[in-house]
This record gives sequence, C-alpha cells and structure tokens, in this order.
Amino acid sequence: MAGMGAFVAQYDNNRGGPEQGPGPPGFGSNLFFKGHQTLKEQLQSMKDKEMLEAMRKIVEMVAKGQDVSDLFPDVVKAVVSKSTEVKKLVYMYLVRYAEEQQDLALLSISTFQKGLKDPNQLIRASALRVLSSIRVQMIVPIMMLAIKDSVSDLSPYVRKTAAHAIPKLFSLDPDQGEQLVDVVEKLLQDKTTLVAGSAVMAFEQLCPSRIDLIHKNYRRLCAIVADIDEWGQCAVINMLTRYARTQFLDPNKKAAEKDSDEESSEDSEDSEDDFMNSMSTGTSIDVVDPDLRLLLQACRPLLQSRNSAVVMQVAQLFYHCAPENEIVHVVKALIRLLKSKRETQVIVLTNITTMSAKYRKLFEQHMKSFFVNASDPTNVRLLKLEILTNIATETNISVLLREFQTYVYSSDKEFAAATVHAIGRCAAEISEVTDVCMHGLMNLISTKDDTVVGESVIVIKKLLQMQASDKSSIIKRMTRLLTTVTVPLARASILWLVGEYVEKVPKLAPDVLRKMAKSFAEEEDIVKLQILNLAAKAWIVNNKKITLLVPYILAQAKYDMNYDIRDRERFIRKVLCPNAENPSPLEKYAKKFFMTSKPPPNLRSTFKNRDEYQLGSLSHMLNTNAIGYQSLPTFPEDAPDATLRNVIDTSWAAQQKESRSSSASGTNHKTKGFYSSEGDSDEDDSDEEDSDSEEESDSEEESDEESDVESEDESSEEESEEEESDDDDDDSSEEESSSDEEVVKKAPPKAKTSKKSKPSETGTLLDFDFDAPSETPTDTVPSVPTPSVTLDELLGDFGGMSVDQASSGANYTLDSVRTTHELLHRMSGGGLAVDYSFPRSAASSGAVPISLIFNNTTDQQITDVKVDDIDLKGGIEFTGFDTIPLISPGQSSQIGININFNDTLQPANFTLCCSKGRFPCKIQPPVGEMLSPFVVIESDFDDMKGKLKGMHEVTGECPNPGKDFGTISQLVSETAATSICFSAEADCLKFASKTVAQEKTLLMTLNVGDVVKITVNSEAVVLGSMILKDIIKAIES
Amino acid sequence: MLINSIFFINHSGDIFLEKHWRSIVSRSVCDQFFDAQTKAATPEDVPPIITANKNYLISIYREKIYLVAVTQMEVQPLFVIEFMHRVMDTFTEYFDECTESAIKDNIIVVYQLLEEMLDNGFPLATELNILTELIKPPTIINKAVSMVTGKEGVSSVLPGSQLSNVPWRRQGVKYANNEAYFDCIEDVDAIIDANGTVVSAEIHGNINCNVHLSGMPDLSMSFINPRLLDDVSFHPCVRLKRWENEKILSFVPPDGSFVLMSYHISTQNQVAIPVYVRAMINFKDGQGKVDITVGPKQTLGKTVDNVVITVPMPKDVTGCSMTTSVGSYTFDPSSKQLRWDIGKIQPLKVPTMRGTCTAPAGSQCKDAHPTIHVDFKIMQLAVSGLKVNRLDMFNENYKPFKGVKYITKAGNFQVRT
Repeated sequence: MAGMGAFVAQYDNNRGGPEQGPGPPGFGSNLFFKGHQTLKEQLQSMKDKEMLEAMRKIVEMVAKGQDVSDLFPDVVKAVVSKSTEVKKLVYMYLVRYAEEQQDLALLSISTFQKGLKDPNQLIRASALRVLSSIRVQMIVPIMMLAIKDSVSDLSPYVRKTAAHAIPKLFSLDPDQGEQLVDVVEKLLQDKTTLVAGSAVMAFEQLCPSRIDLIHKNYRRLCAIVADIDEWGQCAVINMLTRYARTQFLDPNKKAAEKDSDEESSEDSEDSEDDFMNSMSTGTSIDVVDPDLRLLLQACRPLLQSRNSAVVMQVAQLFYHCAPENEIVHVVKALIRLLKSKRETQVIVLTNITTMSAKYRKLFEQHMKSFFVNASDPTNVRLLKLEILTNIATETNISVLLREFQTYVYSSDKEFAAATVHAIGRCAAEISEVTDVCMHGLMNLISTKDDTVVGESVIVIKKLLQMQASDKSSIIKRMTRLLTTVTVPLARASILWLVGEYVEKVPKLAPDVLRKMAKSFAEEEDIVKLQILNLAAKAWIVNNKKITLLVPYILAQAKYDMNYDIRDRERFIRKVLCPNAENPSPLEKYAKKFFMTSKPPPNLRSTFKNRDEYQLGSLSHMLNTNAIGYQSLPTFPEDAPDATLRNVIDTSWAAQQKESRSSSASGTNHKTKGFYSSEGDSDEDDSDEEDSDSEEESDSEEESDEESDVESEDESSEEESEEEESDDDDDDSSEEESSSDEEVVKKAPPKAKTSKKSKPSETGTLLDFDFDAPSETPTDTVPSVPTPSVTLDELLGDFGGMSVDQASSGANYTLDSVRTTHELLHRMSGGGLAVDYSFPRSAASSGAVPISLIFNNTTDQQITDVKVDDIDLKGGIEFTGFDTIPLISPGQSSQIGININFNDTLQPANFTLCCSKGRFPCKIQPPVGEMLSPFVVIESDFDDMKGKLKGMHEVTGECPNPGKDFGTISQLVSETAATSICFSAEADCLKFASKTVAQEKTLLMTLNVGDVVKITVNSEAVVLGSMILKDIIKAIES
Repeated sequence: MLINSIFFINHSGDIFLEKHWRSIVSRSVCDQFFDAQTKAATPEDVPPIITANKNYLISIYREKIYLVAVTQMEVQPLFVIEFMHRVMDTFTEYFDECTESAIKDNIIVVYQLLEEMLDNGFPLATELNILTELIKPPTIINKAVSMVTGKEGVSSVLPGSQLSNVPWRRQGVKYANNEAYFDCIEDVDAIIDANGTVVSAEIHGNINCNVHLSGMPDLSMSFINPRLLDDVSFHPCVRLKRWENEKILSFVPPDGSFVLMSYHISTQNQVAIPVYVRAMINFKDGQGKVDITVGPKQTLGKTVDNVVITVPMPKDVTGCSMTTSVGSYTFDPSSKQLRWDIGKIQPLKVPTMRGTCTAPAGSQCKDAHPTIHVDFKIMQLAVSGLKVNRLDMFNENYKPFKGVKYITKAGNFQVRT
C-alpha cells in the first residue's frame, strides 16, 4: 500500500511538467511532490515534534481542499502517537479519507478499540467519535458494539458521543436500525441533561415515528428542557411539538365548538373570529390537557433564550399546539429577534408573515416594528410590506396608508410596485378605505414612474372588478393614460377594462379602439391581444361606428409575427363574421364567448395556508417539501391514552400524579378488553390480549396497573365461578390470555393467595406501585436479587436526577432487599413472619409508602390477617391496610400501606390480628425513609443552603475508609431517599431532599477527601442531625 | 439538524477553507451560491437559503466572509445560522478578529475548533470556556510557552465544566486583580418624518460584560427600574426563575467577555429621541438644494458625540458643493453618498450644512426623497433610563472591582425627507 502512495505521488510528478502552471493553489507540482516526501519522512521519524509539524501541514492542506490521500499509509501509522494533538490531527485526516482507502483504514481500528477502554473519558469519547465517523462497511459490527458499550458508560460525555454516533451508523448501514432503536430507547431514559438533547436528536434521525418511546420520558423532558444546552433544546422542542400533535386534542377545537355550535365550516375566517373572541374574553375554560400545559409552561421561559433558533422553536410550538389566545406570548420575543443578525431577520420575518396571515390581531400592536428602514434589503422590505398588509385593520389603516405613501416613492422600484399592490389589497379587504385607496391609486397614475403607474393600473383594474359602484368616471380617467403609460401590462389592463365595461362607456370604446388601431403595430403582444378583445367586445355591443375599424385591426393582426395573435384574429373573425356573407353558427354565441361575467380576482396574501409547513422549518422557508421533511400531524380526533405517560417514582412527577391519578382511574377500557376475551375463546383475540397484557406489564405505571388489578380481580371471581361449571376448555384459553393466568393453572393454591391478597391492594395502588414484585410470576418475595445492576449504571444515574428505582425491575429488587426490616419474627408471630421495606415510590401527600411482606412459615393456612388497635400519636395517619383473607402454607403475600409519620420519629404502633392470634407491632422508619428526593440545580441548592445556616446547620466528619466518590454517593442514596445535585465543585457531593409530610428542605453536602466532611442543612433540625449520624454510620461501615 | 459541510468563501469567491462532518460534499455545490452572489447587488442581498439540487445552502455574511453550510435534508434554518454565527464569535474571541487572514493564519486551530464544535453535524461543544480549555487560543504567551516547553495546544483531559451544571464557566479560575465590568449599550432605532414627527422609535440594548473573577463567584445585579425590561433575552447563566420572581439578575458568570442580557424596548413605549434633524432636499432642473440642521434634544445634559450625517443621493447626482458651520463634508461620487462629519455638538453652535448638488438636466431626480442616516454616540447615558442599582457577589471572599458604563448609540436612525 505504501507503494501505491508512492505511485500517486509519482503520477503527480509526471503530470506537472515545468511548462505547466501551478497546479493546486500554493504548490508548484514539483514542490508538491517534494513537500509530500518531506512530510513522509517526518511522519516516519516517530518523533512527536516532527510528526506534529507534519500533521499540521497535512491537515492544513485538507482544510484547503487539496488532495493528500497519497499520504494515507504514513498517516495511519502515526495513529499510535502518544501526543494528543498528533492523535487528533490524525483522526481528522482518517475521517476525511477513510472512505476512499477502506483497507488501510482498517489498520487503525484496533487503536480506537483500545481507546474505547481508556480510563480518560475524553479519549474514550474521541475514539468513539472517530470510529463511528469512519464510513467503512466492514466495521459496522464493531461500531455497533462500541455504541452499545458506550451508552452505559460512566461519563455522560461519552454517552453523548454515543448518541451522536447512532445516526452515523444508521446512515452507513440502515439494517442496524432496529438494534439502534433499543439503544436510543435507553439513551432517552438518561437522566443527565447533557445527554438528553443528543439522545432526542438521535431519535429524530433514526426513528422519528416511534412516538411510543417518548411516552415515558415526556414529562421528564418537559421538566428538564430548560437545563438542556441550547442546541439540544431545539431538537427536543421540535420533537415534542410533533408529539403534542399526535397525543393531545386540538386545544382550539373544543373552544370553537363551545363558542359557536352553528358554525359548520372551519374556515380561517372563523378561527380568526374565535381568536378575537378568546382575546376579548380572556382565558376561557381551560380545555388544555394538563400534559400539554406542562409542555407549554416548560417552554415559555425559553423565549428569553439568547439563541434565536430556540426562540423560534418555542414560537412554532405555541403556534401549532397552544390555544389561540396564548400564541400572543411569543410575539414580543419574535420581534426582538428582528433586531439580531440579518439572516435571522429574513427567516423570522418569513415566519411572522405566515403567522400574521392567519392571526392578524397578533402583531397589530407592533405594527411600527415592521415599518421599512431605508437600509433594509429588498427581500426584507417585501416581507415587511406583506406583514403590514396582513395586519391592516380599520383602526390602523390610516397610519398604514400614510406610511405606504412614502414607500411608493422609494427608489427601489420593485418595492414601490409591491407597495401599490399592498394598497390594493388593503382597499379590497377594508371596505371603509376602498374609496380613499382608489383615489390615492388614481393619483399615483399621474406620476412619472412607469412601474408604479403600471402596477396602479393593474390594481385598479382588479379593484374595479370587485366593486359594484360606478366605474365610468374612473375608466374615463384611465383611458386618458393610454397616451402616456408605457408599461405593457398597464396598457393591456386599461384596454381590458374598457372592453369589460364597454356597455358602461359606449362612446368611449370606439374612440379608444381608433387610437389603438393606429399604434397596433408597435404594441407589445399582450396589448395586441387586448386590442383584439376590445374590438370584439365593442363590435358585439354596437358595431355601427366601427364597421371599418374592426376589420382593419383584424387585418393587421392577420399578418402579425406572433401566432397567438394570428390565432386570436382567426377566432374572432369566425365568431363575429364581419363580412356577413355566410353567417357563422357561432355568431349568436358571441356574447357568451366574450362578455361573460368574471369572478373578481383574489387579492389575498400568498402566505395564506403556508402554515401547513411547520414554522421554523426549511420547508416553510422554501415553501416546498425539503428532503426529509416530516409534515406536522394533525391533532387526533380522540385523545390517545394519557396514562401512557405516567411514570412511577420520579420525584418531579409526584405532584403531577396527585392530580392525575384520580382522573386516570376513570379510564377502564382495558378492563373491558379483558372481559371480552374472557367470553369467546377465539384464537386471534386471545393473542391480542396476550400482547396487550404484556404491554401493560412493561409499562410501569400505577393507574393501568390499577385497572389491571381490578380486571384480574373481577376476572378471577368470574373464573372461579366458571371453574366450578366447566374446567378444561376455559383453562386452556386462560393460559394463552395472560401470564398471570398461567400461574393460576400451574399452582392453584399459590394463585389463590395472590388473588385474595390483591383486592386489598386496590385501595392503595392508586398512590404507589409494586409493579416489579407483583409481576414476577411466582409472586413470592424476591428473595434472590438479580445482580444485574452494576455500580456503573447506578453512578450513571447520578448525573442529575434521583436514582430511579422504577427504571428497571432489577434495580428495584436491589432497593427493596437493601431496606427490608423485620416487623414480626416468625417465632413471636406464631409462624407468621412479617417484613417491611420502603419502596420509595411516590405516595400520596405526606405519607411514607411501606410494603409489608407476609410469610406463612407454618404448614397451616393463616386466615383473616388484619390490623387492629392502631395506636397513633402525634398526628400519624395509617391507611391502606385491608384484610388478607388467606395465606397458604409456605406462601407469602405482599401488601402496600401508607403511613404518614408527620415528620416525627414516633413509631406507628398497631396490632396484627390473624387466625394465629394478636401480635403487637410497631414500625419506626429510619430517618432516611422519611424523605423524598428533591431535584434542584446547584445554584438553587447553594441559595437554599445559604438560607439554612446557623441553627439549621449540623456538621460532622468521619475518616474515609478508602471509599471512592461513587461508593459514597451510593451509600448516601441508600441511606436516605434523596436526589443528587450535580456539583461543579470537585470532591463535593450534594444531595437534596424534602421531608415527606411537611415538605421541609433537607440538604446534604459531603466533601470527600481523606476525611469526609458532612454538612446537613435543614429546617427539620432533628431529622438533620439523625440523618448525619446515619450517613456517618453508613460510610464508616 | 445536520450540517454536512461548511465552506468559507471570501469576497472574491474563493473557497479558502472547507470542513466536512459527514460524507465529502464536492465544492461544486457552491456554484449555485456563486450565481446568487453575482446576482446580488450587495453582499447583504444574497438570500440566506439557496436550493442546489439535492443540497440546501444556508449562508451568513460577516466580516467580508461568507460561511456556507451545506445540508442535505430538512433542518431549522435558524439553527444553522445561529450556529455559524457562534462559530464566527468563537473565532473572534480566539484571534481577536475573524477576517480571512486571521483564519488562514490559524488554520489548524480553526480546524480543530470546528471539529470540536460539531459532531456528525450536530453541535457538540460551543461554550467558549470549554473550547479554550480544550484548544488553547494562539496568544503570544501560549505560543511562547509551547515553543519553550514543547507543550501542545490541545488538552488531553475533558474540561471539567463540560460535565458541570455551569458549563459556561471554566474551572479553577485565578486572577490577581479581580474585576468585573458591565457595559450597558443602547441602540436607538428611529424613523423620523420629513416634518419632524417620530414615526417609530425603539431601543435595543445589551449588557456586555467582561468579568475576571477568581473561583466560582455568584453575582446578582439589580436595577433601579426593572419594569422597563419587559422583553429580554439572557445568557444561559442567568437564573430565569429569580428574574421572573424578583427581577434580579442572578448568575455565575462565564470567564471573560460575554453578553449577559439583551433587551428590547418596543415602539409602544415612549422613547426619548436624543437629537433632532431638520432637512430640506429639493431637486429642480438638475439642481438640488440641500439644507440640514442638527441639534441635541432630550439628552439629559450629556453631550452628543461622533455625529455623522449620511445622505444617499440619487444616482444621477454628479457633485455637491456645501458649506458647513461645524465639521466637514465629503461626497463619494461612486457610492453617491454625501457624508457630513460633525463630531461633538457644542451647545451654542448649531451645526448646519447648506449647499447645492448638481445633476445632468433631464434626470429623474425630481421625485427623489433620500433618507438621511444619522449616527451619534452619547457617553454616560442610557436613553431608556435603565440604571443598575447594585451588584453583589456571593460565594467568594475577595472584594472585586466593579464598573458599570452606559452608552447610547444610534442604531438605524433615519430621517425621511
């Protein structure tokens, strides 16, 4: 291969003889060759300094667009250099030429593979970047592997790079699409804001239609969108706009139905009226879906972004998805953008034009911002003019017309003509000023400027067509112009006018015709055609005075150069038959041919309906479909299931859920589905149900779960009835229908327990979730944790948000095992052992969710397990325990309860009753469980911390037994339900929580060194000091 | 979302730098751009978006350089434009200027920067503070250091700020002198009628900062009259919540210079116009009469400085002869611009310019209404009335030096005749 490189160089040498001029810029060909020779030597020297120098020269040539591909073999060798800069330069070179030199490029792959394992995150990331940028089919599997590994990398930076690598691989090999979708799905769940933007970008490139991947992440994306970097924000908002259009009902539609039931057509006019109505009445009844509201609220502050692209994205989101009365929020920000860069101005103006074509009131107040500056380039002027015309109303028209007057005299002729046209449009749309405009236009006709005069005539012609008023005086004035106006279109328009209204000006027409007959030969083609038309029309109305004139004109036309005119002449002659020797059968239809009434022309904005393209998109700018443009979906008729977006146990969603859970419980169509399959044992149906139930089990959210439980509950009852009547057939169909049912068949006694235990859950499941354990088919306590969660993954989660136990079942198990406490020992409980754990799921306000696990260790049935004698002090509330009718021998049952400890350390005392007797119990949670994670950014954290000094601060320290950063942060989050706040400071961990009941803030700061210094700031002083002790204990252990 | 390639094109239409992030795009795609360039009267007239076969060219024009981005699919045009401006901003910070020669001299740094800023056509690192840590700016000191020690200009570790929640701020900043300067600069855009009435007037202001503070300072700035600011945009460092609730700018500043806030005071508000201009320009039989008077108005006692009046004369005008009471005038026969340099307006001496201009007989000057462009600068005045109340620093213990400066300038200040 090295030989080949030499050959290329040789070839260059031969080509460049001394007589030939300099080949590539800056290099004589001989010099070129020599230069490469020295470069090769330098590269082969393996001295960092020389290699660096050589690589710099090479990359400089690449940058200038020169061909240095012949150096490839030598450059590839330099990839092993220790120097970072040499490496980076080599990378750039490789990416540029790898496609052309695939075999040689493969030599470098192992270096990158090594780089992927480097402890330095920057090196890992750049290795991945280069590896994925090398467009060589052969390495697709390697890339796939690298991406999959990097997605779960510890460093968010590497994960971000992995997100960027996905579209690269996809474009290289579209067959990998399906596998990559899984990767994207994982990335979308990433908690760090650094990754989120890139993950969404990858999603957009790879599988923009897989809206289903977004459901679970929707609310989180809304919550963090303000913290994502500006480029990511653009991608996220764009994607969420499409999401909103598919998932929510049109927020304007309902309002429209309410306001005007009679209005059948959904015209643009109507929507304008609606808009005005809603503007006047202020905010009417809020019909906006809460989730859509969440999105709009999250994005609105971004109108203050310095990045015009972000502002534009928010604007288009509001335009396409918000209720009409809220679009007004974006107006100011858009107008602010007009003051930024020139290129930005053009694009923003184009978008404003489209918006103003639909909602004229929107920009009315800001009319003056669109007044044309003398320094504006023509395209900007035209856009501003269009906007001004769009927003013209009765009230502002006088100001506007005065402004237009100055524009008409602009030295920019195209602009002046457009202004005349704009005046015409105002005249047509606002009846109050029609006469004023007409008068003004007539004045313009007498100016000297051809373009303005021409345009005025054309506009007047259109206006006259639209008006029913007396036209003869205007037409008379216009005909006078025929002597002065030279613009062909204007002359043609005047002639057309005379012809069209020939009945109104019977005396004028023959005179005009006479004049035109004289100058016929010198006229432009379109004027000639109009002369012919006029002749025909005048003839039909009254042919007495022009019996000689018309044949004369026709004769001239007969020998014209232009065949169109000759054609027209022949046609007219045949129809009119001025010879009258053999009357044509067409003659009696002549009037119909020439004198039909014509519909008035449409003086409408060309930007009307341009909003079918998404605002802010390239396609909208071009007004055609750009490659890869996805048209904005229309709002669905029926809202898709909102519960799909529910996620368990992310602290920010807790409040959301409060409000939703009640409404969500109303949706029980799935229950129905379950029922229907129960009746008929049709194969297909049951298959469907199968997949359905699987989906449900995948989607970890509580209300579905609830309906699921309900249905199971009811179905099980039904089933038990049916079981008595007939067994075999039904059983087999059951097996197919759901996995839970499968359990029923395999282990009937087991299933009985679970069934019995489940009804008791329905009351509490609204508020929290036991998804993972209840879905496990054996339904026993998950005593063996699946150790699939690595430390890396956990740490990865620490990027910015709380540890999300819900994200994987395995993760959950780890948690539940960690925190299992004993409530009742089997010895003291007469064989009934009860443990409890804290699932840390979102609970109803103020309560700590606790999961109780009952184990029957005896060989008899335990029945009627219930709670009695609840002794609660200090405002402790205890909810959610229903009687468990039966626990079979050797089996266990799990139940969730909520206890509101009211932020005190008082234990909850109660008595458990069952067939084995009465057992007093008490639950005293560790302090850490009385907290809920609280997501906060560092700056706010510091603010709050600043306010919680003095009394509210407790400090402590303990020697660090050699634990690293990650371990300590893990220990803390195990000890307390808290959310890490990513800190800019080195060796500093910050955690934020709120107490469950009173929502007092609790902040923990850990400075990790040889000694771990812990500071806890909290309004709840007692809890603070207890937490401190617990954490020290955890670290020391 | 994807930028395939960026071409740097100079004024005479040479591509002097190209960078590709995906498959190589041939230079010939720029042909369509060159066509548009030759068609346009001025460089500003080149349309920012051009379709070329299956490519879309999105261009910006700045510092006599065109940046042409090639994209092959649907993209948000503003996204690309904003990014390219960010590229130019970055270069300006690196090389103090962003001219063709500056780029050519530092082509390796430029190339490395472009590589870091875009990955596969999607922005990767655009924060200046991160970039300066990754790739050292080619200052004289840095160059000298690398000559002596052989150290490279490229960092081998990831800048900590990339992963922090203040990615705009470099970590471990240390200064001997801690200073923070804030320049509050307002541009007045106005259109004034021939008879002196204000057709439209608006103010566009920026607060430009130059902050050299050690550590992680947390600044908060409050205004005497924050109500003026109802339309603002912020640097990402500003906490939006705090502004919304308390109207206080609270932020951890980037290191170095940056634009903290931009604001816009729209035409609906009453805007003080600091100068008046009375102008008469009449053409009659190939002779034009010019009479222009300028004076201060609503300046709150501050002197108006750097006053320049520019009159674009009709194309037919061949020469001007004027007499001025203050300052001097020039007429450029090629661009047909009559320029009157007044300088400072003294309170007692009203600047006037009178004279005639000549045009060949029969020319079409009669209807000409040239729009006069006025330029001025007023130090120590923010014409909107904005005033910084106080600036506090938290989180660090030293006492920084703080300075606030106000300047009012003419933006697009035009007088119609």
